[in-house]
Amino acid sequence: MSNIPSDLRYAKSHEWVRVAGDHATVGITDHAQHELTDVVFVELPQVHRIVKAGEACAVVESVKTASDIYSPVSGQIVEINAALSNNPGLVNTDPFGDGWFYKIKLSDAAEPEAMLAAEAYGKQVQG
Amino acid sequence: MLKRTPLFEAHQKLAARLVEFGGWEMPVHYTSIMEEHRVVRTAAGIFDICHMGEVSITGAGASSFLNQVLTNDIAKLRVGEGQYSLMCNPAGGVIDDLYVYKLGVQEYLLIINASRIDADVPWLLQEAQRDIGAGVLVTNQSETLGAIAIQGPTVEKFIDQCVDTFDRAPSSLLKNQITRGEFAGQPVYLARTGYTGEDGFELVGAASIMTDLWQRALQVGLVHGLKPAGLGARDTLRTEVCYPLYGHELDEKRTPIEAGLGFFVSLDKGPFNGREILAMQKLQGAPQRCVAFKMIEKSPPPRPHYRVWFDGQPVGEVVSGTLSPSLNLGIGMAYVPTTVAQPGSRIEIEIRGQRFAAEVVKKPIYRKAS
Repeated sequence: MSNIPSDLRYAKSHEWVRVAGDHATVGITDHAQHELTDVVFVELPQVHRIVKAGEACAVVESVKTASDIYSPVSGQIVEINAALSNNPGLVNTDPFGDGWFYKIKLSDAAEPEAMLAAEAYGKQVQG
Repeated sequence: MLKRTPLFEAHQKLAARLVEFGGWEMPVHYTSIMEEHRVVRTAAGIFDICHMGEVSITGAGASSFLNQVLTNDIAKLRVGEGQYSLMCNPAGGVIDDLYVYKLGVQEYLLIINASRIDADVPWLLQEAQRDIGAGVLVTNQSETLGAIAIQGPTVEKFIDQCVDTFDRAPSSLLKNQITRGEFAGQPVYLARTGYTGEDGFELVGAASIMTDLWQRALQVGLVHGLKPAGLGARDTLRTEVCYPLYGHELDEKRTPIEAGLGFFVSLDKGPFNGREILAMQKLQGAPQRCVAFKMIEKSPPPRPHYRVWFDGQPVGEVVSGTLSPSLNLGIGMAYVPTTVAQPGSRIEIEIRGQRFAAEVVKKPIYRKAS
């Protein structure tokens, strides 16, 4: 069974956000990393880039495929996880921790509220 | 509706990730591609290749017929031996690449690509209608026969136990030799060959025995590290050793010479389909060549259809590309102009609009440390 922390919000497209004030950290879920299997490359957005919710802003590559990652929230990228450059496998081993993708300054604090809570996301993954 | 192999239920029980491949529902991996790749390079992996096609060519005219529809020289084969060969159209384009085994003086078995059965069988039947087909019987056995590949350095230790009896011990075969065995009262052919760059065998027998044969192999191979491996690892393994995959390195518009497979084109054996063009290309060179390359800077993995640049110009296209699990860097094969094809040529691979440095290298890209 995949792990779904209760303190995060989830997008249907398998990204998570952890909100702290007007900033949020974004990554992909345990279910997503399991589906992708071995992550061998992660392409992250430029710091300072402004993204809209639903916009493709990162690419995660497994041996077999390249998959777009969609920003679940709107705002400006303030930091990216540089560790993924040398160790993309962190996405597999610690998707909700060291495998985070980027931090974003939220332009609409209500957006994360509208995302799925853990229970609803869990139902989607099971179904 | 996707076709399923006799091993479909076995894959489901192993919780395989199933995907569409050439009209078939096949396991891409059971654990992960990286893990299964490593298992095949260090121990052994077992692959379902029941989707591949089998065609027997029999009769007094079989040898001479095959020598005119295939590029390699069948006269080099003794009974119990096989060879890699290509089937070309008269323009030298590749209809399929295949293995041909000589099972008897007038009896051959072709192992063909799953995705090409519907092209190969009508072609062979049509060619057999010509004068070259006198005394030849072409029989498509793809529906009734299945096949399993067991690949990896430990396979020699348990291959003899995978069947009940055999004419020659499979472990004593040389590369490309084939022997007949029996399993559950049914004939099984065991050939020392494969598609991974490792020692290995391909086992061909009735579709009805495939599940039991698969279970037997897993049982006797267990202590030697044998694990199921999917098509994902099969693809990374073959890419590392630069074996062509039909639809990528090969198609009806590419010749074996362009693909870098001139070794399997025998010009001195008499007439065969495509000979004129292949002879000319062997002599004068082909305009393009399929080369192997390695990424030489940090980059996303190269993938099929990515553009290749040389000296500021787009010059070709990637046909196979992946992260090499053995080397942990991006590798692939690409068609480029012959002028760019020498090992050491600096090329660039365009990935999502950005160009990354790569280098043409000698084939194979990966070679076992020995």
